[in-house]
Amino acid sequence: MGAQMRVYRQRIRSVKATQKITNAMELIAASRVVRARQRVLASAPYTHALTGAVSAVAGHSHERHPLTTEKGERTVAGVVILTSDRGLAGAYSVNVLKQANELIEKLKGEGKSVRAYLVGRKAIGYYKFRDREYVDSWEGFTDSPTFAHAQEIGDRVIADFLDDSQGAADEIHVVYTRFKTMVTQEARVLRLLPLEVVDADDAIATEEGYIAAEAPGELLPLYTFEPSPEVVLDALLPRYVANRIYTCLLGSAASELAARQRAMKSATDNAGELIKKYTRMANQARQAEITQEISEIVGGANALAESTN
Amino acid sequence: MVSQLEVQLVDSDEIVWTGAAQMVRARSIDGDLGIMPGHTPLLAILGEGEVVVKGIDAAGVTVTVDGGFLSVDRDQVRIVVDRVLTRSA
Repeated sequence: MGAQMRVYRQRIRSVKATQKITNAMELIAASRVVRARQRVLASAPYTHALTGAVSAVAGHSHERHPLTTEKGERTVAGVVILTSDRGLAGAYSVNVLKQANELIEKLKGEGKSVRAYLVGRKAIGYYKFRDREYVDSWEGFTDSPTFAHAQEIGDRVIADFLDDSQGAADEIHVVYTRFKTMVTQEARVLRLLPLEVVDADDAIATEEGYIAAEAPGELLPLYTFEPSPEVVLDALLPRYVANRIYTCLLGSAASELAARQRAMKSATDNAGELIKKYTRMANQARQAEITQEISEIVGGANALAESTN
Repeated sequence: MVSQLEVQLVDSDEIVWTGAAQMVRARSIDGDLGIMPGHTPLLAILGEGEVVVKGIDAAGVTVTVDGGFLSVDRDQVRIVVDRVLTRSA
């Protein structure tokens, strides 16, 4: 008697506790995603200035630089995978890893061996569990990356790219998540190295990872390079690479938080549904109990009346 | 009309300072640079050191940076630095 009801009440209590947690996580993610998006916007002037300067040097001097030069025979490809440190963000990390796997399959199909660089605990866990090899990994900053983190990753992949020995990377790809809107984020692949310097005729190409050699409809001034075009290019390109990675990191961070907010919102909604369902079942159980008690009393009274007659 | 410089000082995270200025002084990896209105187009790599922006009406900014670059084009000065280490108005 009452056992059924106790079970339901217990469940409702536990679901309510979970709901409080998911609700709090949703609110936290919601407030942080705003900050993350502001950071994406705030980093735009730097990107803009840097891209302008790089295209000025590249367009002006036609310098050959190791970072922009395609290697003759490409046998090893480096893939940088940007995932999150923490879960509870829906399919966020899964989407990135899926995209990365597709890319790796494609590269292997072209006869290249693949070296992975992992960012975020989710990617590291994924690789460790499957006993896959990776070259390097970074963790602990995926929801609020700084430029220093991007530089660290950039320096590492540039070092591998410039290393001419066998088994070093001949090209570098980045798998990241592009923040389109609050509800759509998509996993994307960007070929980072070698950098492509092309005569882009629209801004879209720049966003896709090319350096616009000339801004549309705008003649580049004849810059004096201090100290020399080679040195300037040498100093700019690593920054450009780091900045590209930084942009990817910021976009991924915003996407991660948006994905988490959405996942937690639906978890909270589901918890609400569950509570409603259990409340109904508990009410039903209580009603059944009352009905049973009444029929027992009535039955008892009837039996008593019959025996006295 | 007295010409002036349009200065934009940015680091990787934000715009640090922007506005009109009379002069910009910075340290390139080859030595100190002074930019005044009418300077020839220039792209210079900055080393570690001070960047001084002398604003119109004396409202300028002085920052120490650990590297970056500076571009001048038709009195538009863009100073792009990796990190601002210290800053004083």
